[in-house]
This record gives sequence, C-alpha cells and structure tokens, in this order.
Amino acid sequence: MSTPEHLPPYQELGLADDEYAQILRILGRAPSAAELAMYAVMWSEHCSYKSSKVHLRYFGQTTTEAMRQRLLAGIGENAGVIEVGEGWAVTFKIESHNHPSAVEPYQGAATGVGGIVRDIMAMGARPIALADSLRVGPADAADTARVLPAVVAGIGGYGNCLGVPTIGGELVFDPSYAGNPLVNALCVGALRVAQLQAAHASGTGNQVVLFGARTGRDGIGGVSVLASESFSTEAARTKLPSVQVGDPFTGKMLIECCAELFEAGLVLGIQDLGGAGLCCATSELASAGEGGMRVDLDAVPLRAPGMTPAEILCSESQERMCAVVRPGDVDAFMKICAKWELPATVIGAVTGEGRLVVTWHGGKVVDLPPRTLAHEAPVYHRPVRRPPTQDALQASTPDVLARPGTPHALRATLLRMVASPGLCSRAWVTDQYDRYVRGATVLAPPSDAGMVRIDETTQRGVAVATDGNARYCALDPYLGTQLALAEAYRNVAVTGATPLAVTDCLNFGAPTDPGVMWQFAQAVRGLAEGCAALGIPVTGGNVSFYNQTGNTPILPTPVIGVLGVIDDVRRRIPTGLGAAGDALWLLGETRDEFGGSEWAHEVHGHLGGRPPAVDLAREWAIGAVLAAASADGLVSGAHDLSEGGLAQALVEACLGSGLGASVRLPGQADPFVTLFSESSARVLLGVPPTGVPALAQLCTEHGVPVSRLGEVHTAPVLEIAGVVPLTLAELRAAWERTLPSLFDTPGHAGPPRPGW
Amino acid sequence: MCLWHAEDTLRGVQAVVVPGGFSYGDYLRAGAIAARQPVLRAVIDAVQRGIPVLGICNGFQILCEAGLLPGALVRNAGLHFVCRDQRLRVESSATAWTGRYAPGAEIVVPLKSLEGRYVADSATLAALERQRRVVFRYLGGNPNGAAHDIAGIASADGRVLGMMPHPEHAIDPLTGPSTDGLDLFRSAIDILLGSVRSFS
Repeated sequence: MSTPEHLPPYQELGLADDEYAQILRILGRAPSAAELAMYAVMWSEHCSYKSSKVHLRYFGQTTTEAMRQRLLAGIGENAGVIEVGEGWAVTFKIESHNHPSAVEPYQGAATGVGGIVRDIMAMGARPIALADSLRVGPADAADTARVLPAVVAGIGGYGNCLGVPTIGGELVFDPSYAGNPLVNALCVGALRVAQLQAAHASGTGNQVVLFGARTGRDGIGGVSVLASESFSTEAARTKLPSVQVGDPFTGKMLIECCAELFEAGLVLGIQDLGGAGLCCATSELASAGEGGMRVDLDAVPLRAPGMTPAEILCSESQERMCAVVRPGDVDAFMKICAKWELPATVIGAVTGEGRLVVTWHGGKVVDLPPRTLAHEAPVYHRPVRRPPTQDALQASTPDVLARPGTPHALRATLLRMVASPGLCSRAWVTDQYDRYVRGATVLAPPSDAGMVRIDETTQRGVAVATDGNARYCALDPYLGTQLALAEAYRNVAVTGATPLAVTDCLNFGAPTDPGVMWQFAQAVRGLAEGCAALGIPVTGGNVSFYNQTGNTPILPTPVIGVLGVIDDVRRRIPTGLGAAGDALWLLGETRDEFGGSEWAHEVHGHLGGRPPAVDLAREWAIGAVLAAASADGLVSGAHDLSEGGLAQALVEACLGSGLGASVRLPGQADPFVTLFSESSARVLLGVPPTGVPALAQLCTEHGVPVSRLGEVHTAPVLEIAGVVPLTLAELRAAWERTLPSLFDTPGHAGPPRPGW
Repeated sequence: MCLWHAEDTLRGVQAVVVPGGFSYGDYLRAGAIAARQPVLRAVIDAVQRGIPVLGICNGFQILCEAGLLPGALVRNAGLHFVCRDQRLRVESSATAWTGRYAPGAEIVVPLKSLEGRYVADSATLAALERQRRVVFRYLGGNPNGAAHDIAGIASADGRVLGMMPHPEHAIDPLTGPSTDGLDLFRSAIDILLGSVRSFS
C-alpha cells in the first residue's frame, strides 16, 4: 500500500489522473496549490454531482409546464421556491450531513442543521421550520448509543438555539447504517415573492461582501472530502479535526441580519458558505453571473494565524454568507451587520473579465474561468448493473413466515410490534426539540406531518413530511422510492393540506459500484415518474454517495420530503381519532403485502419478496377527498397507515387522542393481514355523525373504497374483534418505554412521561 | 414594544417581559451574558420602583443571574433538553402576574429547556416557601429535578416573577396545548390599568 506521502498532490486531494489532465487543459499550465485545492473540492462528488448528474436530468425531463406553474426557483438553486398564494412563497430543501455525523455526531448533526438553514436564507427567506430524518444502526448496538443521543442533542442544540421549531422527521434503525448513520436535515422558509434572491454576481464594480463568522481551519475539506470517500476506521480517525464546529448564536444573528438586509433591499446576489466554503460561494456566484470576480484573501477575517490561500478558500467554517452589493449600498449593509455584531468585509468586486481572480499577499494565487469550477466539472456515466442477487432477494417471499392465528397470539404480536424499535414512540427524540418556538406551530410530532402558520392575518399555512423506507427500496428501488413519495404525500394530505412540491435526499453507497448505480438510477426514475403522476415537481435536494462500511453499501435510502399548503390552518385535520361517538373509517384497500414489512423484519428478521403495490392515482384521490373533507369540516381526526399497518395506526391514534375504539375487521379477511399488512394508499379517519353522508359521497365521487371499522369511545380500551382487548395503559407503556430504556443515561433517568 | 439589549432605557414601558430564547447561545452560563447588558441595568433600576417584570425560561435565568431573583437554573437531571406540555399548580395569586388565577389552579403550559432545574440553598428554599413566593410547581412528575418541584418564583414584593414554562405558548388552542397562559398577561394588565388594587 502506498501512503499518502507518496501520492502526487492531486491524488491526495482525491482527483483522478484524467481529472488532473482536464485541469491542465483548462488552465494551459500547472495549477497553483490554491487552484488545485479549489478544483479538488469543487469537482468532488459532493459538490459536483459528477456521478449523479446524468440521472438527475430526468427530473427536468419529466417536469411538465403545469408542474412548473408555481415554481419560482428549482433544481440547481440553493433551494426550490414555490408560490403559495397571497404574495407568499415557500422554500424548502433536505440535505445530508451523513459523514460528518459519523465522525463527530454532535457537531456533524448541528452543522447539518446550520447548513440547510443557510441554504434557505440564501433564497431570501426566513427559516420557519425544521425536520430531521435519522437512520442509525440496530437500537441495541453499542455504536448506536454513541451516535444517536449525540446526533439528537446536536440537532436540538443548534435548532433550539436558532429559534426555529423542529416539526417533523423520522428515526429508523437498521444494521446497514451501523457504520454509516444518515442525518438528513430539512428546512422550510417563508418569504414574500418580491424578496426572492438569486445566487449570482452581476454588474461590474459591484462589491463582494463576506459576512458572519470569521474563517478558521475547522472543516477544511470537511463535507467535500469526507463525503467522497468510503469509511475505514483509520480514515475516520485521521479526519477527526475536519468536521466543522457550529456556533448557533452566530447563526441566529445571521438569520436576523439577513432578514433585515433583504427587507432593506441591499442584496443583489447572495450565496451561503457551505461545502467548499468561499471557493464554492465565489465560483458559483461568478459562474452564475455574466462577468467575473476578483477576491482579495488578505481582506478575509481569519481566526487562525498562518492560513494558506487554499485553506482560506476551502475552509468550511460555519455561519458565513457572501453577498453582492452595489457600491453605494455598502455603508448601509455594513451598518446592519454591525447592529447584529457580525464581522463584514468587502473581499472583492464583480469584474467584466470572465475570470475568477484571487490575490493574496500582493500576488495572484488563482486565475481561472469560474464556470470550470462550478458548472463544468467532469460528468461520469458510471456503469449500471442490476445486481445478480436481486432475483433471489425478490424470490424469498414472506409468504413462508409463520403468522399469528389466535386472538391471544394476535394480541401478543400487536404489543411486540408497538414496542419494537421500528415502531415505538419517538418522543424520546422529539421531546428534545423545541416544536413551539415562533408560536406558529399547528401540528408537530407525533402528527403525520408538521404544520406551521405563515400568515397570522389570513391563517395560511404549510405542512411538511419526510419519509423513506430503505427495505422497500432494497427489494425494488423504483417502487420503494415511489412508496416513500406516496407516504410523504399522504402524510401531508391527511392534515388537510394540498401537496405542492417535493425535495429529495438520495443516500446511496459508492457510485463506482454498478449495483449501487442501478439502485440509484431506478430510484431517480421512480421518483421522477411518481412526481409526474402526482403532478408535483421535485424542486431540489441532495445526493449523498459513498454511504458504506468497507465494501458493504447501506440499503438504498432515498428520503422524500413533501410540502403542502393549506388556506386556513384552523381547518387542519388533527392526527388521531376525533371524538367519542365518531365513526372509524378506513379509506383504501388492504392486500396481503408483507415484503419488506416491519412485521417480517421485527418478528422474523426477514427481508425479501416485493414491496407493497403503488397506486398513485389512488393516493391523489385520497388527497383530494381529505382536502375537501378538511375544508368542509367532515372529518374530526385522521392518521396515515404505513409501517406496522392498521394495528399500529389504531394504537397511535388511540394514544394520541386518549380515546379507545371498538373495531370490527371487514369481511372474511384474515385478521392478521388486515392488521399488519403494509398496503399503501390507506388512511384511518374519525368521522363525526354529521360528516358521514357528505364524506361517503366524496369517496364515491373519487372512487376511494371505504371500510367502516367501528366507533371511537371514551373507555380506555382498544377492542378489535378477533384480538384479546388491550388497555390504553398497557399500549402506552409498551409504546413509550423502548427508547428511554435504551438511551437514557444510566443514573440520569429522563423525566416521567406525562399522562394524557 | 421591543427593547434593545445595548440601550439602557426602557422607553417608558410600564411592564417588562424578559423572554426565552438562548440569549448569547447560553454560552458561559444560561443568562449570564444577557444579565450584564445595558438594558438589564435599566430593568434593575425599574424593579426598585416596582415595575412588573416577568422572566420566562431564559428570561428567568437572566433574572436570577442579574440578582433580581434568588437561586439558579442548572442542567436538567435527565441531561436532555425537555420539550413537553407541562401541568403546573398555581401556588400563589399574590403576584403582579397571577392575580387572575385561583390559588391551587392547575394549568398546562409548554416547558422547553435544557437548563431548567431550579436550585437554591436550603435557607433560600425555606424562605421562598415561608414567604409563599413559590408561584408555580410542576405536577405529574418533576421534569428536570427542580428543587421542591419549583417551576416559578416571585420577588418578595410579588412584582418580579420568573418561570421556566412558556405561558406565551399557551394562548391559542391552535398553536398550544391550552389558553392557560393568557391570564398571566391579563393579570399584569389589570394591575397596570388599576382595575385591581395592587396586592402588595
């Protein structure tokens, strides 16, 4: 094995031989150290999307004019922006911070939140909500006890301090994430349409201002280099210092400062400093503009002595933004930064030269065409091959697994499932996040989707949900991705909001593995075609490759975020059962579908067969029924059916409402299938007597099948025909104990859970 | 009206709410830096004149750091941030902020804090109890290990109240668990409008 000392510098920085040759051709000479570092980080997988680009184009090809109608900014911008009416726009995006979180879980997760929040700010928006999708190893694994509590504390430590409510997310345990946890952070921002900002530098002579935190050595090559290499223990150790460190209070100042700058109209173009830092921000601003840019590194406020030009350019110090400002506005701009006690410095200017020129200590250290960094990175057509093991995986169906048959066995299965790490209460996580701050939160966990009001006068609001099921994706990445889309769509729809747009975080193994690339390509096709079927566009997102331990990739894990709008948040449908005396309805059809199910995983440790069927027309129809039912007040409570099936939905709805229910399972169906199958396109509803006729008619009009399951009652018991009854107290104990017993620090028991 | 931290004036306001929210990122100690800002000097002066002051969460921490209330807030016993709808008992109506509550009333108000565990030496705790200055107590389980289940305390004259839970999040059933927090603000308005005789 050769050691890094013996590699040429470009290889040490992760550039391939042909990539280096391309740099020589572009420049017509050997690059300076600073230029080499810039190409290395900007051409990394993380920044350039060089392996995914050819596939991601399919999103554009499948987005119709009708889908673009509300789209003010789409893929390629810092975040997608959609118009939601009355002069309001909403921007949202999900992004991964997987590799930093593996190395340093607290700071990795914290800066993941900080990074996505600045993406949202760069669109001219105020961040109004967060959601975090987490995936870690087995619940009882030692490393999970290291990673999960620190990730949760990091998200809370940053998000809570920032004053942005966390209103959603997921937590999934699976052995495939044992050495490679996934931390995907989503942020939603709201803005007036007129305040939409662009990330481009135009107008020769306009000034380039760097503001926010000082630039230090933390996070050099952090995301960019970390995210582009697989993990071995040794590599993880040597990269310890390269994870960024978050300063949430400066982040909060930056939010307020930007809001005031946008309000005052002082910003012509703006870009946040995230992966690849100043290098990325300047080259993207310059590349998107029409001219060029000159940057003087001596003007950059530093917090470490002796930093080289390459280090200053590639530092990923947090809480920094870069703006393009008219010369006459610079004083006013600086005054606002001073009010928020943020350092701000003119570091350069827009030029008409078409070059990005960087000087340091009086000499030129960089002189290159900015497009070659930001937009003309190499593009790879990686080999794609369906893994030969895929047929065997699909042939290993769950039909052979032993199923519970007696009322006692069904009861025992239900209790076991409710307490399983996959299905138990997430309160241990979500109670560490502030869901109330800003005073506009209408729905938060354990609701199916989070909802915040964006306008107190009109009561307009937005709902957001994230979903992903990697086991379904392992069995069929095309359908699995559509199932994630369908579930996120349904989770938004059950609140009464109308889904409008999609963001995606595509977490996969190494793109050099043809089997991984097949999973990726299938997932992209599934998502693009699913979005086209539902009529909502993908507005942006993130690809995270190299999620693997050694040569073993994680399960393919596309995480899908769906955002919806609701005209009047007072019309939202609460998650749960409604009120005593209401009828319990099940919308949709239940089939014998256990491939990739929670039951097969938890009870039999089995993964095989095919995932549940997808019916996006039915999902759309259910969404339409619920939007109408919400507007007309026909429904008192709703809950989406997903992992764990009807049994899990009933338990969560009962516990959330503090009400019992008596349930008759429909027809001649096997009670086990009815209770635990994970057929998609199903929703549980509480229907008040006054809503029954109109709701029945709505369902008929939209071709949505209805099963009348029973009634909601005040007795604290869940009675299901064919299953020995369960008290809410025993269900609550089973559901709530699992995570605290696994993750509360010994000797420091958490607070007792409140009663309802 | 919003007051600015760097100005040592209250701009003529008749009551002050020191809100929650991680002032200075809770760096050093929660509330320690904010308690030394110019605006707090103005608050301390005004307290001498009897202006009603309510400190919520970080505001409570700031009032303790500023010496306006005794004791301190330290990290929760469970070590985690705790966000939950918290049941409280109103132990005293004899403050500028709780006149509208019946003594012993039970209310539900969101609690959301990492350093919410009230501590004080035993003499201070005994004095607080004796003088009936414990205004709110946690019910249904102590969420953070606070001494005597204390969620909020008042100054000896009842004009200054500090509490960890957030009554401003319990003003609308749409965005909070109840409307139980409204009466804090109504109580202070009663005092300011003179519609209720001052209790002290």
